[in-house]
Amino acid sequence: MVCEMETDQIEEMDVEVLSSMWPDDVGTQADNQFNVEKPAGDSDTLKEVDIAEKRTMADLKRLPELLNTTDQGSSQLTNLVRQWEYMQDHAVRLLREELKILTRQREEAEAKELKIIEEHNFETEEPESVPVLDETSHLFRRFRQKKRDELVDSKRVVIDEEFDTVAYWKQKALSLEKMLEASTERERRLIEKLNESLKTMESHSAPVEELTQNLKRAEGFLHFILQNAPIVMGHQDKDLRYLFIYNKFPSLREQDILGKTGVEIFHGGGVKESEDFKREVLEKGKASKREITFETELFGSKTFLIYVEPVYNKAREKIGINYMGMEVTDQVRKREKMAKLREDNAVRKAMESELTKTIHITEETMRAKQMLATMSHEIRSPLSGVVGMAEILSTTKLDKEQRQLLNVMISSGDLVLQLINDILDLSKVESGVMKLEATKFRPREVVKHVLQTAAASLKKDLTLEGNIADEVPILVVGDVLRIRQILTNLISNAIKFTHRGKVGIKLKVISEPSFASDKEQNETSVWICCDVYDTGIGIPENALPCLFKKYMQASADHARKYGGTGLGLAICKQLVELMGGQLTVTSQVNLGSTFTFILPYKVATSDDHSDDQDEFSDMVDHHQPEPDDTTEGYFQFKALLGSIYSNGGPVMGSNFLPHKAMLTSPIKLINGSVADPSNSSGQSQTVQVENGGYMDESESAHQYGNGNGHRCSYKESESCSSSQASSEMESELTVSSPREEEKTETEVKETSQPKILLVEDNKINIMVAKSMMKQLGYTMDIANNGVEAINAVKDTSYDLVLMDVCMPVMDGLKATRLIRSYEESGNWDAAIEAGVDIKTSESEQGCERSTDRLPIVAMTANTLAESSEECYANGMDSFISKPVTLQKLKECLQQYLQ
Amino acid sequence: MGKCMQGYLDEQFMELEELQDDVNPNFVEEVATLYFKDSARLINSIDQALERGSFDFNRLDNYMHQFKGSSTSIGASKVKTECTMFREYCRMGNAEGCLRTFQQVKKEHATLRKKLEHYFQLARQAGPKETARRSK
Repeated sequence: MVCEMETDQIEEMDVEVLSSMWPDDVGTQADNQFNVEKPAGDSDTLKEVDIAEKRTMADLKRLPELLNTTDQGSSQLTNLVRQWEYMQDHAVRLLREELKILTRQREEAEAKELKIIEEHNFETEEPESVPVLDETSHLFRRFRQKKRDELVDSKRVVIDEEFDTVAYWKQKALSLEKMLEASTERERRLIEKLNESLKTMESHSAPVEELTQNLKRAEGFLHFILQNAPIVMGHQDKDLRYLFIYNKFPSLREQDILGKTGVEIFHGGGVKESEDFKREVLEKGKASKREITFETELFGSKTFLIYVEPVYNKAREKIGINYMGMEVTDQVRKREKMAKLREDNAVRKAMESELTKTIHITEETMRAKQMLATMSHEIRSPLSGVVGMAEILSTTKLDKEQRQLLNVMISSGDLVLQLINDILDLSKVESGVMKLEATKFRPREVVKHVLQTAAASLKKDLTLEGNIADEVPILVVGDVLRIRQILTNLISNAIKFTHRGKVGIKLKVISEPSFASDKEQNETSVWICCDVYDTGIGIPENALPCLFKKYMQASADHARKYGGTGLGLAICKQLVELMGGQLTVTSQVNLGSTFTFILPYKVATSDDHSDDQDEFSDMVDHHQPEPDDTTEGYFQFKALLGSIYSNGGPVMGSNFLPHKAMLTSPIKLINGSVADPSNSSGQSQTVQVENGGYMDESESAHQYGNGNGHRCSYKESESCSSSQASSEMESELTVSSPREEEKTETEVKETSQPKILLVEDNKINIMVAKSMMKQLGYTMDIANNGVEAINAVKDTSYDLVLMDVCMPVMDGLKATRLIRSYEESGNWDAAIEAGVDIKTSESEQGCERSTDRLPIVAMTANTLAESSEECYANGMDSFISKPVTLQKLKECLQQYLQ
Repeated sequence: MGKCMQGYLDEQFMELEELQDDVNPNFVEEVATLYFKDSARLINSIDQALERGSFDFNRLDNYMHQFKGSSTSIGASKVKTECTMFREYCRMGNAEGCLRTFQQVKKEHATLRKKLEHYFQLARQAGPKETARRSK
């Protein structure tokens, strides 16, 4: 194994310029002297070819020996000899043929001459004996020709003299003599020439010289072909020692190679393999090819295609191997690259088809979902039209049967609307469109509001309660809208399936659940567990698994009896999971169910918390703990049974005020007085203040929930049944009345009219609404968009905000959200973050403002984009559909300005 | 509201009429004047937006939202119906529908204007104290 190669590899796939196999600069002068070949300058075909490289190295002693002893060697010599002999034979044959022809011509010529001589019998004395060399036939012919010409000349000379005189004969004899002399002379010269050419012929036909030339020619030809080929050839004896090598690695000298084995010359990968391969060929006696990659220090990494054949001597004994190696590094590399490419291609194709399949399936699913969503949208708008019309119709004069039919119509319509809204929600979550927002909120307040809202439409004799553990942070960060949605869903679900007893929400902090992923953890996050429990009909165990599946209800019976879309729980579950939590349920038939969801929240920074404490510390009652939403841990609400005006009715939250009979209330203090630092009597009192001594049902609820001076006694009775509510109410009335008057006086100084803000961008709408307000006896401020509204709310304590939904700059939903965020956090950070330019002018007053809930009523165009659900979800309390009419406005003012 | 207005105006217009009293004797006409002033501006804006050729449906929808809001407020029922149609086409991205409905909007708007002008003229003749006053 001899091979070794140039180091620069060319990577191109197609045509490439092959550089010499060995690097140009490794050659040494020393090795040239051992080359046996010389340029075959005298060979015809190679005359112009410059064969400069001398790459052969041979053991000159042993190689001829080898040539003599092996079949291959002897046959080549034999061939050469045979060829030479054949050529000689051929030449002889040609000469003979020519000689034959000449002889025949000479005979003819002699016959002619004889005839002529006979004709001039006496006149010519032609010498008969002209020495002629038979063999040199052309000379003879020339000579003959000349002789004939001369003969003709002499005849002419003869004619000058008078025929048959003595002088004539004399003259003739003389001229003939001369001719004879000349002829003799020519003959002598010819003999000389002949001898000369014989000599030349002898020297030319020497076989050794010719053979040598032939050999040189053959060798030159081989050089011509092989000098630049990436081929190494060699012969090794049966011990695999090199005897001959052609095109060896340039830096190796004769003594480095000859007489040595491959293993002795080279080191590295592949050397052993090639050695073994040669040995194998030698043993098996069969020529064979193999590709071997070498990794040697000498020439780096190269791959050779090696052909090895055994060599036999005449006795058919193996005496060594001939081998030939061609460097195929590039080809192998290309081949491997191709193979890899092909493989990659196949893999990619497989992946592609797999992907196409998946994409196809996904597309189908998406299309189906999209269609569902689109259809829902399309159905919702006309349907809300139908329901709206039906509602309007229900306000007209109808007989009993008509009203019944209409009620069925409305409730069916509502159900379909709810179903569609649920579907839209679901598809939003599933398609990943639903985005979670992180806002600061107070869990206690959220629970309270949810319960208040539920109580407002409660038509059963149920107690709604909220219980929040002390360790639950006052302020947390999460998507309050979604959490509210979940709570509302679960609560309304619980109420639906509960006929007596209570429905409640319990919040407590738990340790991190096992399913929480590690990345979610950090010190500021807290896991809050929320139980929504009821004392309702319960859920049979076998129905639990499919409870959270879409369109599933516990049984067909239930579906008929209770209605509902069967989507509510599925949505809750999806939302909870979207927020990284878990929703579970436990239930006992006829005893009730508890839905539990646990969610991680970030705890709002301690700075905010201390601010809150400062803010609220002002309001702490002398000897009572903070009687505020912020820290209050227990709420209870009762349903409104019968007329909303009945005194003995169940209780409601203070912020969710029912309609009032009296329109001309002196002052409504929903917002104002808590902020008043001079008010030392505590927050709960302000809520008590009511118009004209009329006590709304809600007050007692608030009293009940928040506690004030009398709180302790009520607290004891909290566990009592709802039947006690009315008696508590009596005492409440007496307690609150005097304070209320006090309060009223303070407030009268500030304002004598409720302050209303209209947020609307349409001039005509403003004009109409203003005119209507005027007729109802109110004036109002105008803001043209959400940003203006926020600034107005910041500077002035409004009693009611009428908010258009769709507006330029900032829409009503966002403005409401930001106002709610202020109410919950006590600062306008969220608004500032949203890019609202909060003017600092009256910030002092702003800070002191109450964080009580400002009633915000949406004005919607009843279109898709302005759904009532969205209004509620964004913190609005109610909505009026457009166009605004006097009646609608009146009802709204009645509800919120009492 | 006279009989000639039937179909063109709905009960919302009657609401407006009810708001008109001695203190505010020309309220309806004032509102109507403001409406036509404002809607003329909107029609102009939509015209320009449509002429631009590239249909910015969001922008068109915004204009039409205002137009529709105003029309609803004065009870211009036919105009409102066309506005609703237009917004529907906007939502569907149907340019041709938009163009067609906008012609209808303009037509109904013009008809309403003519009719209302006639109506106010009659009203002025009927009650001399109800003199038309341009809103500022």
